[in-house]
Amino acid sequence: MLTVGRTRRPAAGSRGAPLRAVPLWACAAVLSLLLALLMLVAIGIGSVDVPVADSWRIVTRHLGGGSTDDLDIVQNQIVWEYRMPRVLLAALAGAGLAVAGVVLQALVANPLADPYVLGISSGASTGAVLVMTSGAAAVGGLGVSAAAFVGAAVATGAVFLLGQRAGRLSPLRVVLAGVAVGYLLQAATGYLQLRSNPNELRRVMFWLLGSVAGARWDQLKVVSVVVVTLTLALTLCGRRLNALVTGEEQATALGVDVNRLRVVLFTTSALLTGTVIAVTGGVGFVGLLIPHIVRLAFGPDHRRVLPLAALLGAVYLVGVDLLSRTADAPNEIPLGIFTAAVGAPVLLWLLRRESEAGRGR
Amino acid sequence: MKLELRGLRAVLGGLPVLDGVDLRVEEGEFVGLVGPNGSGKSTLLRTVYRSLRPAAGTVLVGDADVWRLSARAAALRTAAVLQDSPLPDGATASEVVALGRTPHHGLLDRDTARDRDVVHDALQRTGAAAFADRAATELSGGERQRVLLARALAQEPHVLLLDEPTNHLDIRARFELLGVIAELGLTTLAVLHDLDLAARMCDRLVVVKDGRIVAGGPVLDALTPAVLSDVFGVNARTDRHPDGVVRVTYDARPLACR
Repeated sequence: MLTVGRTRRPAAGSRGAPLRAVPLWACAAVLSLLLALLMLVAIGIGSVDVPVADSWRIVTRHLGGGSTDDLDIVQNQIVWEYRMPRVLLAALAGAGLAVAGVVLQALVANPLADPYVLGISSGASTGAVLVMTSGAAAVGGLGVSAAAFVGAAVATGAVFLLGQRAGRLSPLRVVLAGVAVGYLLQAATGYLQLRSNPNELRRVMFWLLGSVAGARWDQLKVVSVVVVTLTLALTLCGRRLNALVTGEEQATALGVDVNRLRVVLFTTSALLTGTVIAVTGGVGFVGLLIPHIVRLAFGPDHRRVLPLAALLGAVYLVGVDLLSRTADAPNEIPLGIFTAAVGAPVLLWLLRRESEAGRGR
Repeated sequence: MKLELRGLRAVLGGLPVLDGVDLRVEEGEFVGLVGPNGSGKSTLLRTVYRSLRPAAGTVLVGDADVWRLSARAAALRTAAVLQDSPLPDGATASEVVALGRTPHHGLLDRDTARDRDVVHDALQRTGAAAFADRAATELSGGERQRVLLARALAQEPHVLLLDEPTNHLDIRARFELLGVIAELGLTTLAVLHDLDLAARMCDRLVVVKDGRIVAGGPVLDALTPAVLSDVFGVNARTDRHPDGVVRVTYDARPLACR
């Protein structure tokens, strides 16, 4: 959405997103820089600390395609083979989940929506847990990630079919179908957990709460293509998303093919969520928290919200991952615990501030 | 551009809501659509802004059938101000108005200086420029309707559709808003609830009952005592007063026997 330059005054009230007047490129540049710095720091920290200058040298040497022979072998291995894919996966997962959250909130016209409300993650969990407790043979030899993705796809398909009304995707039905399918699959997952032995159970718990500890370079290709492409594509739909949040009828009158847009949004957000969760497990709360923060800080225009949510989501999850492996080192704590433990108070504080600013009107 | 509906039939949930509607709004004309609740007025508008596909008949804007156009191409011809359309939380009034530029852009287009000019102009014409930077959700009812009208104007439409634009407004705001609309000189079809305002402001009225047009024409011809009694169930008459204004006068016992 654009503002009339000639009449621009400071935005009204404390609700008026403090950074809304800052151009997108400037916001994106600052967040990208922040992300790059945080990733560099995160790469250096762990059981073996690598100074930032060394991390920088190793990363730039690899990216520049130069010789890596003169680098410290141990440092090189730790930085490039273990921490780099891990930090990148955290960033991509954070970005993907945040974008999926923005899209779903617009799709179902409900600020409480997140990738979990559509049952997608429950489907992924069922698939993953089935492989972990019953072995790959139970699901046709699929690995945990593949089974999780298939589970997510099945859940998505069911919600998509059940969410139709008179041949059109209905937001209310989508939410209800998502919740119902989600509970059903959670019951299945719960039953599988009960039948599993304690060793499996620990692994299951870890997966359900999400982790990027096992990240490998070969996983990153698919995730990065999906997250980057879909984020850019959705950003191009930003103007239509802006129209969509004014309601189905009004969006139609503004020239938006509402049903087609909804199908696109549903499919892309499911694909984003499924792809990310298949690799990371159930990282929660990012898709709920980040869109709210971005809107409160940068204004409601989806052409800004989508790319900035991707960047902030990436920053958030890289930070959370750093916390999860340093808070109780050398033990790892699942990501989902910190995304909620850090995110919930922040969200509550923001909403409280907003409702206080809105009082008396 | 003119708006023309020919042999329009529409069905909602298996029930016929419009049954053989023929209607013409000439270029620059302000036509009011009146009728009791549930008579099909809003449904009629929906077939024009492409929200409800008619079961039969055609909707012509200019010489194009809107149902043969893409959603976007149709929105370049018609704009609508609807009832109860939610405003995006946190958006300013001018951001809401800028949404009117949606059909003018493809996926890869960026906002241009012309977009800004059109939005600025729409805010000026509707008297909304004074509160352009306020949060849209905090505006008064009258201000809000001006902003929604400005959004419709930012679409640069040839035909304007209004669904009870004065609903929930206090009496002064009603006159103000309809004054602004009359000044625009656009081809306008407006669903109006308030017969007095409709009679005063419109060039022509079309009376709808049970999905059919039962009367139409200049105000005095459309709102005869018989129509007022049969369609609206009230004893009343319309007269042109010495000041040139047509007013509706309700009898001492306003309820007509049915």
